[in-house]
Amino acid sequence: MNRVYFDNNATTPLAPEVFEAMRPYLLEDYGNASSIHWFGQRAKAGVEKAREQVARLLNARASEIVFTSGGTESDNAAILGIVEAARAERKHVVTTAIEHPAVLSTAKALEKRGVNVTYVRVGASGVVDPADVAAALRPETVLISVMHANNELGTIQPLEEIGRMARERDIYFHTDAVQSVGKIPVDVEKLGVDLLALSAHKLNGPKGVGALYVRKGTILRTLLHGGHHERDRRPGTENVAGIVGLGSAAEIARAHLAEEHARVAALRDRLEAGILSGVPRVVVNGDRTHRVPTTTNLTFDYIEGEGLVIAMDLRGIACSTGSACSSGSLEPSHVLSAIGLRPEQARASIRFSLGRFNTDEDVDTALRTLPGVVEQLRAVSPHYRKEAVSSQPSAVSKS
Amino acid sequence: MSIAIAMSGGVDSSTAAALLAENNSANTSSSSPEVVGLTMQLWNQRRLPQLLGEEAGEGGHASGRCCSLDDVYDARAVANFLNIPYYVINLEKQFEETVVRPFVEGYLAGETPIPCSHCNTEIKFAQFLTTARQIGAERIATGHYARIRRDPQTGRYQLLRGVDRSKDQAYFLAGLTQEQLARTEFPLGGMTKQEVRALARARRLPVAEKPDSQEICFVPTGSYRQFIDAYLAEQQRQSESPAGEVVSTDGRVLGEHHGIQNFTVGQRKGLGMAVGAPLYVIALDPAKNRVVVGEDRDLFRSRFRVREVNWIRPLAAGDAVEAHVKIRHNHPGAAARVEADADSEAFIEFVEPQRAITPGQAAVFYDGDEVVGGGWISQIL
Repeated sequence: MNRVYFDNNATTPLAPEVFEAMRPYLLEDYGNASSIHWFGQRAKAGVEKAREQVARLLNARASEIVFTSGGTESDNAAILGIVEAARAERKHVVTTAIEHPAVLSTAKALEKRGVNVTYVRVGASGVVDPADVAAALRPETVLISVMHANNELGTIQPLEEIGRMARERDIYFHTDAVQSVGKIPVDVEKLGVDLLALSAHKLNGPKGVGALYVRKGTILRTLLHGGHHERDRRPGTENVAGIVGLGSAAEIARAHLAEEHARVAALRDRLEAGILSGVPRVVVNGDRTHRVPTTTNLTFDYIEGEGLVIAMDLRGIACSTGSACSSGSLEPSHVLSAIGLRPEQARASIRFSLGRFNTDEDVDTALRTLPGVVEQLRAVSPHYRKEAVSSQPSAVSKS
Repeated sequence: MSIAIAMSGGVDSSTAAALLAENNSANTSSSSPEVVGLTMQLWNQRRLPQLLGEEAGEGGHASGRCCSLDDVYDARAVANFLNIPYYVINLEKQFEETVVRPFVEGYLAGETPIPCSHCNTEIKFAQFLTTARQIGAERIATGHYARIRRDPQTGRYQLLRGVDRSKDQAYFLAGLTQEQLARTEFPLGGMTKQEVRALARARRLPVAEKPDSQEICFVPTGSYRQFIDAYLAEQQRQSESPAGEVVSTDGRVLGEHHGIQNFTVGQRKGLGMAVGAPLYVIALDPAKNRVVVGEDRDLFRSRFRVREVNWIRPLAAGDAVEAHVKIRHNHPGAAARVEADADSEAFIEFVEPQRAITPGQAAVFYDGDEVVGGGWISQIL
């Protein structure tokens, strides 16, 4: 079956060049980057080159890049690290209602330890209002955490303004940039952030590795305890091949940022427009202008998103509902709830997220397939029949 | 794509899936597969964590009960082994609305509900069928021990008992409509349990040695009373199960009970009283919140009413048939006259009085192996 992958916000394919860059470090250059000998030095060289590559992508110094196991660890390290290192009287954190669970769960954990957290709400746009962030700040606020791009909607948050605010008030500013790095320009100086989390597998790098940018002078308690790796900021033998992959992916992203942005935006826009014109009763969720070029999140009335994802997958097209259900329970997406969708609308929402390896043919295939699938779901939906065919008797009746 | 098989992770549905996958393996289509495996996520065991107890461990997962991660794991492993697409679909909301809540409320109303029958009618052969059709499967299959036949003359579908009488589940399927029967297959209906196990082993299915689960799927401890207490507490409805009187058949107050849901007709234990002859629950009176007790002979009755009757073989209001009627799954059944009433009700009269006819249970009418119809026991006359 010819498969189309439209779930790049979940993860992205490994770029062939990245694999080639990693290969030696999986095979011949197997040394521990901390070892003194030649093998260790080879590994170390790979790690340091990657550090430079990531730093360049962010307009940061190499010494400010700490390699981690991924976005989740980076978010945890940043938030817990800042709050735990802060003085006792500074125990308030401001974040938003639409953050990724890696940030929200960490915030909830802090609340259990007696830290106050304010979750700033957003409107239907899915973009936080800096004035609302400002209003939430208190004398004891020690950290603001606002994501750069939302993973479900793709909406871009106004970090520059929030960064200015944070600097004026001497508050640390962290951003979960997992969904923006590699897709739009991310400049830590322009954004005014002190901490930034990113993850390799969202930019055609390998899974299991990420980084945390830590502005020089930031006071952070370490999350893990162990050796002295990463300048004492993150112990553990380095995932050399993964880090090299991250570096390579960062360099490729930086080289092609503008052209890739235009290319993917055009595909996404064509897909979105095609869906809006080809399928009745569909709306796009979130601001369509302040958005990464890859993502479109749509609500399809009268269907269950889960059924749509399965039906599309059986026809070879991969997309997602944007809500995690592998743990055995299903809550409507907190992001969609935060922008005002009712539970049944949230459950009827689908996210298509495109990437470097998607083509015009992929969009054509999706536009050929989706309308029929939606129609079939609606045809068997009791809600659709009830509203569309109000005078006809129900098709299912007791014998 | 032709058929969606409901996979619980157990031996029966897994073997049914294997049979379907084998039959279709010749027809691998490049555009869309023929058989798809689906597990229904029906109940989140972690909602009432106090019920999970020791078997759950730190993570709070109940294994061997509905929708545990182990069951999904097993079902997925079987689907991968059979090389069929596999998905989990979430029907928790519908399951709670149409099975769990009515289960609790039935007990509070003095009935003894039978959730498995409700689940079949509302979830497995309704919601599940809808989802299957939405994703493109026009038919569904389950691992039930029952058979479906089409009468060549009338074109009507018939529901028959499975050939393995000890495992027959047709009783729980009496609520199926013609449309549901038309779209359903029971691959195991013509097999015995031993044959199914042997087939699972022969095919080397990952679950071939898995033991059968026995109780109500969403009650992890096997104690429905604990479940009801926990559920009411979660919903903050504890006040709906107040204490009340235990009375004799002639109205004398004999003692106190702590919630009418703790009793079922025919029950002997739990009355907490030492009187001369053994006492049994004869009836439950929800209006006065009373438990009526009496002697064993008071349990034998002949005439009762049934509501919400589903006729698989139609019977017009006012008409009557002689049928073999079961009032419980493990009731051997007995000869009775079944008369159809208006509003999907029926009046049943056993030839010989039967013990402990219980409101809320399913009364199912048989003609030999064929299930003629069934409904919920509503009133003992």
